[in-house]
Amino acid sequence: MSWLTKSLNSSLGKKLLMAITGLFLISFLLVHCSLNALIFLNDGGVAFNEGAEFMAHNPVIRTMEIVLFAGLLLHIVDGLRLWFENKSKRPVAYAKVDGAANSKWYSRSMGLLGTLLLLFLILHLKHFWYFSRLTDGLEDHTLFAEMQAVFMNPVVVVVYVLGCISLGYHLLHGFQSAFQSIGWNHPKYSPTIKTIGAIFSIVIPAAFAAMPIAFYFHLIH
Amino acid sequence: MEGNLNLTLKIWRQKNASVAGKFETYQVSGISTDMSFLEMIDVLNNRLIEEGDDPVAFDHDCREGICGMCSMYINGRPHGPNRGVTTCQLHMRSFQDGETITVEPWRASAFPVIKDLVVNRSAFDRIIAAGGFVSINTGNAQDANSLPIPKEDADDAFAAAACIGCGACVAACKNASAMLFTSAKISQLALLPQGKVEASKRAEAMVAQMDEEGFGACSNTGACEAECPKGISLENIARMNREYFSATFSSK
Ligand code: HEM
Ligand code: SF4
Ligand code: FES
Repeated sequence: MSWLTKSLNSSLGKKLLMAITGLFLISFLLVHCSLNALIFLNDGGVAFNEGAEFMAHNPVIRTMEIVLFAGLLLHIVDGLRLWFENKSKRPVAYAKVDGAANSKWYSRSMGLLGTLLLLFLILHLKHFWYFSRLTDGLEDHTLFAEMQAVFMNPVVVVVYVLGCISLGYHLLHGFQSAFQSIGWNHPKYSPTIKTIGAIFSIVIPAAFAAMPIAFYFHLIH
Repeated sequence: MEGNLNLTLKIWRQKNASVAGKFETYQVSGISTDMSFLEMIDVLNNRLIEEGDDPVAFDHDCREGICGMCSMYINGRPHGPNRGVTTCQLHMRSFQDGETITVEPWRASAFPVIKDLVVNRSAFDRIIAAGGFVSINTGNAQDANSLPIPKEDADDAFAAAACIGCGACVAACKNASAMLFTSAKISQLALLPQGKVEASKRAEAMVAQMDEEGFGACSNTGACEAECPKGISLENIARMNREYFSATFSSK
C-alpha cells in the first residue's frame, strides 16, 4: 500500500484529500441545514426536537457522526499542512502584488477562512454538541430551548453570523474547486457545477445565519 | 520629446544567489511609447554602462514572445499589466508619464535568483527530463491520415504545446506552484496516441519531480491561467489530476 500513501502525500494527493473531505462536509451541511430549518415552522420547536431526537438515537447517524469528525479532522490537518507548506515555497515575498488582477481574494484566503471557521466550530460544538451529548442538560430542557437561550446573547449572534460569512466565502471557492481537484473539469458539467456551487454557498450560510438572528429578534417562539 | 515618458524605476538588484538583494531607484526620461519594456531597460542599461555602473541583468532571447526567457514581475504581476503577453511584447504605451514601476524577479524557492532579475529555471528542465518525452519506437514518419486523431484532441494537444516554459504561472501563484506548466507538458503528450502509451509512467515521474523541486500545491485560484502569456487552460491541470490518480491505481 506504499503506492497509495505516496500518491496521497504528493501535492496532488493532498488536494484530492481536501476535495473528498470538503465534499463530504458539504453533504453534511445540507443535512444539518435542512434539519435545523424545521425551526422556521414556528411550531415551538416540536418538529425540530423530534428531528434532533431521531438523529441522537439512530445508529446509522451516530456512526456517521464519527465519520464526520474524522473527515473534519482530516480536512483541518491536511488544510493547515497545505497552507504552511505552500507559504514556504516563496521565502522572499514580492514587494508589490496585484492579486486582484488575476484571482479572487477568497480563493487566495482559504487557509484564513478555514481557520476562522475552525474557531467558530469550536464555539459551536461547545454550545450544542457538548450540551446535548456530554451533559445531561437535555433532561432539563430541549435542544430548541437551549438554542433560544444561547441566541439571547448579541455577541454570540454576531459571531455566528461572521462564522456563516466565512463559510459562504470558503464554499464560494471550495465547492467548484473540489471538482477541479478530483479532475472533473468538463465543458458539459463545469458551468452547472459552478452555478450550483454559487447558489449553495449563498443559500446554506444565509439560512444558517438566519437562525440565531430569528431567535434573537423573537421571530421564532 | 512630446508624448514621451519620464519614469521612476524601482528595480531589484542582487549580485548573486548568496548575497541579499535590495531595490535601487532609477529615473529614465524621454522613453518612447513605442518601445518594448525590454528596450526601455536597454536604455537604462546603456546609461549605467556609460556611467561605469553595473547594468541590470535580465533574461531575454527572441524578443518576439516565443522563447519565454524575459521573466520580470512588473507592478505586482508577471510580465506586467497586460494579459496574454510576455515582457518583450509589453509596450511602454501601457504606462503613464511620471509613473513609478516596480520590477522584481520571479519569486519562488524553486527559482533561485542568479543575478538581479535573472532566475534559475532549470527546475523546469528537470521536470521535462523526468518524463516529458516519448521513448517508445514510433517508427518512420507515417502518412498523415494513418493515425486517427480526433480534431478536438489535436487542438487541445496543440494548445497545451503552446507553453513556452516562461514560469509566469509559478510567479503568479501564491503557492509558487508549477501545476500549469507541468500539466501542459503532460497533456500535450497524453492526448496523442504516441504519448498515451507511457502516460501513467510520465504523470507519476513528472509530478514526483515537480514536488521534489519544491513547487507548491494547487489552490485552484486560477492566477496562473490569467497570467499565462500563451493562454494555457486550467483544464490541463484537471487532466493531470486524472492522469495522476488513474496512474496511482493502474501503473505497474
Ligand atoms: C463545514 C466546514 C467546511 C467545509 C464544508 C469545507 C469545504 C471545503 C472545500 C469543498 C474545499 C475545496 C477543496 C479543494 O480545493 O479541492 C476546501 C478547501 C480548504 N479548506 Fe475547507 N471546509 C470546511 C472547513 C474547514 C476548516 C475548519 C478548515 C481549517 C483549517 C479548512 C481549511 C481549508 C483549506 C486550507 C482549504 C484549501 C486548501 C488548498 O486549496 O490549498 N476548511 N474546504
Ligand atoms: S503554462 Fe503559461 S505561464 Fe506557465 S510556463 Fe507555460 S507559457 Fe509560461
Ligand atoms: S524574450 Fe523571448 S519571449 Fe520575451
